[in-house]
Amino acid sequence: MSTFAPDTLIAVLPELMLLLLGVVVLVLDPFWKETNRRLNLGWLTAAGLFATLIVSLLIGRPGEPTLALGGMVRFDLLGFTFKMFFIFAAAVTALLFMDTEHLGRRAEAYLLLLAATIGMNLMAAAADLVMLYLAIETTSIPLYVLAGFMTNDDKSNEAGFKYFLFGTLTSTIMLYGFSLVYGFSGTANLAEIGAGLGELNLLTVSFLFLVLVGLAFKVSLFPFHFWAPDVYEGAPTPVAGFLSTASKAAGFAVILRLLITAMPSLSDSWIWIIAILATLTMTVGNLIAMAQKNIKRMLAYSSIAHAGYALIGLVAYGKFGVATVVFYIMAYLLTNLAAFGVIAAVGRISGSEEFPAFYGLNRRNSTLSLVMLVAFLSLAGMPPFGGFVAKVFVFAAAIEAGWIWLAVVGVLNSIFGLYYYLTALKYIYLYRMEGEAEEQNPVPLTPAYSMALLVLTVGIVVMGVAFAPWFDLASSAVLNLF
Amino acid sequence: MQFPVLSIIVFTPMVAGLIILLMKPDRKTEIRMTALSAAAFALLLSIWVYFSYDKIAAGYQFIERYDWMPMLGISLYFGVDGMSAPLVLLTGIVMVTGVMISWGIDDRPREFFAFLFILASGVFGVFVSLDLFMLFFFYEIAVFPMYLLIAIWGWIQTREYAAMKLTLYLFIGSVVALVGALAMYWTSGAQTFDMLALAAANFSPEFQRLWFPFVFLGFAVLGGIFPFHNWSPDGHVAAPTAVSMFHAGVLMKLGAFAALRVGIMLLPEGAKFHMPWIIFLALINIVYGAFIAMVQTDFKYVIGFSSVSHMGLVMIGFATLTPEGLIGAGVQMFSHGVMTALFFAAVGMVYDRAHTREIPKLGGMAKPLPIVAVAVIIGSLVSMGMPGFSGFVAEFPIFMGIWKTQWLIAVIAAISIVVTAAYVLLVVRRVFFGEMPAEFEGHISPINVLDKAALVFLSSIMIGLGLFPALMVPWVQSGVQYVLSLLGGV
Amino acid sequence: MDFITDHLLSLILFFPVFASLVILFLPKEQIKVVRWAALLASLVPLGLSIYLWFAFRPSMPGFQFEERYVWYEAINSTFHIGVDGLSLTMVLLTTLLTPVALLASFNIQDRVKPYMILFLLLETGMLGVFLALDLLIFFVFWEIGLVPMYFLINQWGSEKGERVIWGGIKVQARNYASLKFMVYTMAGSLGLLLAIQMLGVLFGDYDLPVLYEKWNALTSGTILGLSVSTVKAVAFWAFVIAFALKVPVWPFHTWLPDAHTEAPTAGSMILAGVMLKLGAYGFLRLVLPLYPVEAQKYAGTLAFLATMAIVFGAFAAYGQTDFKRLVAYSSVNHMGFVLLGIAAAAKAAGTLDAHIALSGAVLQMFNHGLSAAGMFFLVGVIYDRTHTRNLNEYGGLFPLVPVYGGILIFTSMASLGLPGLNGFVSEFMVVRGTWPILTVYTAISMLGLFFTGAYILKGIKQVLHGPVNKRWVDHISEINLREVIVMVPLMVLILVIGVYPAWIVDVINKAVTMLF
Repeated sequence: MSTFAPDTLIAVLPELMLLLLGVVVLVLDPFWKETNRRLNLGWLTAAGLFATLIVSLLIGRPGEPTLALGGMVRFDLLGFTFKMFFIFAAAVTALLFMDTEHLGRRAEAYLLLLAATIGMNLMAAAADLVMLYLAIETTSIPLYVLAGFMTNDDKSNEAGFKYFLFGTLTSTIMLYGFSLVYGFSGTANLAEIGAGLGELNLLTVSFLFLVLVGLAFKVSLFPFHFWAPDVYEGAPTPVAGFLSTASKAAGFAVILRLLITAMPSLSDSWIWIIAILATLTMTVGNLIAMAQKNIKRMLAYSSIAHAGYALIGLVAYGKFGVATVVFYIMAYLLTNLAAFGVIAAVGRISGSEEFPAFYGLNRRNSTLSLVMLVAFLSLAGMPPFGGFVAKVFVFAAAIEAGWIWLAVVGVLNSIFGLYYYLTALKYIYLYRMEGEAEEQNPVPLTPAYSMALLVLTVGIVVMGVAFAPWFDLASSAVLNLF
Repeated sequence: MQFPVLSIIVFTPMVAGLIILLMKPDRKTEIRMTALSAAAFALLLSIWVYFSYDKIAAGYQFIERYDWMPMLGISLYFGVDGMSAPLVLLTGIVMVTGVMISWGIDDRPREFFAFLFILASGVFGVFVSLDLFMLFFFYEIAVFPMYLLIAIWGWIQTREYAAMKLTLYLFIGSVVALVGALAMYWTSGAQTFDMLALAAANFSPEFQRLWFPFVFLGFAVLGGIFPFHNWSPDGHVAAPTAVSMFHAGVLMKLGAFAALRVGIMLLPEGAKFHMPWIIFLALINIVYGAFIAMVQTDFKYVIGFSSVSHMGLVMIGFATLTPEGLIGAGVQMFSHGVMTALFFAAVGMVYDRAHTREIPKLGGMAKPLPIVAVAVIIGSLVSMGMPGFSGFVAEFPIFMGIWKTQWLIAVIAAISIVVTAAYVLLVVRRVFFGEMPAEFEGHISPINVLDKAALVFLSSIMIGLGLFPALMVPWVQSGVQYVLSLLGGV
Repeated sequence: MDFITDHLLSLILFFPVFASLVILFLPKEQIKVVRWAALLASLVPLGLSIYLWFAFRPSMPGFQFEERYVWYEAINSTFHIGVDGLSLTMVLLTTLLTPVALLASFNIQDRVKPYMILFLLLETGMLGVFLALDLLIFFVFWEIGLVPMYFLINQWGSEKGERVIWGGIKVQARNYASLKFMVYTMAGSLGLLLAIQMLGVLFGDYDLPVLYEKWNALTSGTILGLSVSTVKAVAFWAFVIAFALKVPVWPFHTWLPDAHTEAPTAGSMILAGVMLKLGAYGFLRLVLPLYPVEAQKYAGTLAFLATMAIVFGAFAAYGQTDFKRLVAYSSVNHMGFVLLGIAAAAKAAGTLDAHIALSGAVLQMFNHGLSAAGMFFLVGVIYDRTHTRNLNEYGGLFPLVPVYGGILIFTSMASLGLPGLNGFVSEFMVVRGTWPILTVYTAISMLGLFFTGAYILKGIKQVLHGPVNKRWVDHISEINLREVIVMVPLMVLILVIGVYPAWIVDVINKAVTMLF
């Protein structure tokens, strides 16, 4: 089949559009005046991403799963769904970039964002180990740069460097695992590998472990989570938001593809491993989050913990269980982006992300406080927000599959989480700014921020209230895996 | 399709809360008026529902059902029966009086009323939910605003600690119950959260016996069952007045009610099996609560522990699984709700003027605040179960139910009546009569008309119900009959 | 007219409540209006009960003017009221003493409105106990009556006086007395409450006529794992303790001296005049009919306690220096006779002697109501003028206040049991009836009777006779018209019953004979 046949092109329509957008941005950038540059860049990128989203939804929806691009890419609903998540996240992040110092005026930032998004799309759709590795690198390298983008800031430099080091190390390990399995199976196609894998032996176990190392890094699971707090803290806040949501989601997409498609016969083993990793991740993430004094670090640890919650659904395996994972990612994406968006909005005015910068936020900007309330309560798993539904479903899946203890662990961890999320809310509502000067120090929101946060908040509430269609989507997407 | 009155009752507060959030923060009067109108509207509707309920037909009425997620069998399923109709009415009453009492809140009333109303929606939702998922949905909505309300507007000395303790306790209770509920969902095989269907699901006795404690205790935490009652006194004391009214008046009933609806009604075999130790715990509540209340020096703590004691009566009434016990518990939920709302309102009025709640430091308050004094006296009489007031109408059948179970427990529980009488009379006398300490002379301003109206309203309800049990008992009775049918006619 | 006859008892019972609601809306500054409104309102139930007296047919067995309304259906308790000869007497006493006490309260200046309201509510509470034919309603009114009395003592009681309680804390005497009164009575009623609950659970009904039948029919088998006789014995004592506390029977009487002494004058009048009778009535209406077997078995104990009350009450009264406390103890002493008569009736139910003793007891209830109310009022009169109740501080007041002196002597003689006045009739009947049945106890009671004479005469002597106490010359005013009017109805009845008791004894006797 020709590589450029129409159905092939449809399979990579979003990526093509993103590429086009990148080119447009690159070309137009020198022509803009310095004053408008960031506005133009931001709105253009965001609009372009949004347009990509719409167009893809209209004409790019997959039917029956097919392979495209010479068997490299799988065009199915699961990949498509995840792509839509990434593009949405990128659009919101672009809006947030706009008003971030240093980032906003530089076209490179937006281009890197687009590049990373393309990479993620390919990660979600990869049907082949080589494609997968390429996609992972395509995603990671722009993200390394974005993390260290603010070259005057030591923390940012450290973040970028650390991310780069850890990332490269772990993806190399993963690559080794890939080559192992290619070696003895003779194919790089995921489905074929899965079919021929057989049961547990030294090779398959090595494959599993090596792959898990890379994936655990990407998704910041214990014990490969160490990079996350430092990187999130140092990176510009919108980048941290993007990392914690889209990048993690991409990692999850790969986990699903690899574990379910490529290693179904080992499921009994990896289910247990995932269960233990999930437990440790949740617990460590939540416990350390409680001790944080910097809100960005707190969110970093919270993000770590949330990966653990999402994995509970995976442990449940089965159609329902994995659907809850996808749903969880959806709700988590909206919620975490909102949380980081709020931090960014406050951070750019107050210049600090320590808790005291947030004292009295309610009196400085009550709408922003409400957004933070919604985001944090959703993170805590409270209705009527998406986080509640996501958690309930994940626990339900665990209980259905008989993993009662895991559900209990998840429940206990929610309690720890509730503690520090509520504490953060206490700071913004109860505590006063130094000198009680809130009236004189409002936190204004730019139009871009307002739009981004509005969309996210509405999304969180919609996912908490009218969750049926979204879960149906997740369920349909997941069917492709089985 | 009949008029969706229950949905309107449930969602009115939330909608009003959102509207209030959109108002400008300095338009305080508009905010308060909006709050009061919404509360009054909800109350009127709940009165209408209450009196339109057909006690002869019994069962669930005013049913509304909207499929929410057919794949998992979740639906927005509302209905009231004889047990929940009085509680819906109670919520309306406490909402209106709470708004009236909170008229003076000056620090960000916008957020205050918005959060309070979100709480109210959650409470209404739990009382009328017939879908287990939605019950939890609304239950959690009723929990988290408590944190904000207490931490931000509460008593400065303990508010942060009390708010966190309360929220965590209640959350823990609810998620423990959630695990049990999910277990029920999967085991029933019916793929539905519809509670009526689950009630007919016929879970095996072993399953019921295993899961009943989780579900019952998880909810009973909110009901204040010993030894998980610890959040309650601190929470009561730290909360601002209207929130205490809600907390003790309605929220604790939420816990007991959910324990009944989900625990006893869906797992009857488990209920029968575990009854003895639940009765034991509830008995500790009753007696221990009364004794601890006696030694408190802070007026609000007295009431807080007294609530723990009275909720013990509710739970013991449930646990006896007898018609009289259940009837009494149903009436007690309403009676105690009104009484404790009145107490907290009164304490709030005294505190706002005297700026202390320490009983030894107070005195002679009856002179400047006569209506408050009379209202508190009436509340005290209800509290000790004095005949002629709603407390007696509630407590007497509970005791009959206890007699049917084990006479010794009735005797021990009766001790609490005397203890309650003693401490409540002493406290009332110390605070309202006797010499007023010099520092208060001339500083105790009279209460305004809204406060008066609230106190008179609450007092009349307690007297009315005490003189005419027929105003509520038949409703509760019809609800109880249904519960008993699920228990296999104990 | 029919409406009145059909609802006569409800009208008598609830008119005071209605009146107090009206008074609630009167302006509190218009003290005179409030007082007169209350007084006139209290005359209505009196008028109605006089009508009731004449409309009542003593020879008819059972209850008359019964009314029955649905009340607490779920537990099968109805609002069932009715009168027989026994309760009629008590109703008359209550409705008579209330206006008298209200007239006596005309000298109260402080917070008149709440005072009057409480008094009227108290009247309903007491009437309710006498009229109730449903056990739960009985209990409701029993407890309700405590509340107004608590506040009356607490708020309008004597301002002087302190008590030291545990921990060395000093409390005002009236606070101590009122709380003791309330808590004692409630604690005593606890057993009653529990027993009522048990009966309700057993029979599913609270109606007295039904319970009389069913409870007495239950003679064998087990209840709650214990034998019927054990349960009945325990329930018997639960009932007895509750009522014994109220009468009060030695040794449960310790609340009384404090409560009576610290209460305001009118409060003491009602407390001694009517409230103590609630306890005795409880014995008659509930203990004897429901527990005939146990009553007979323990009659000796009851008689013993009664005798102790008579004797110790008299001795204690003799030793008092506080005039009011002396009268308080005299109540213990007089009510002892009531219980003695009841004990006799318990022991030898159905005999003529028992009937005589019981009729005497009931008449004693009525008579003591009159004389105790009178005595307390007179103490109040002298206290208003001298501001002391210490007998040693009086002396030779007769020439200074001759009218008062005359009235005091008259009333004291009634209390003492002088033939020709009411006290003699009732005490004679009790002694006559109990002598054959409980000879020893009766004999010992005679000792008490002797000391009754002693303390009364001593009291009169210390107040009226002997050398005139210089302190009071020109400082004491004669008894005024209002106060005389308060005493007149009491004195008239005291005399009439003493000389021509048939009109009341007949009603009582017929009722007693039919009941026991």
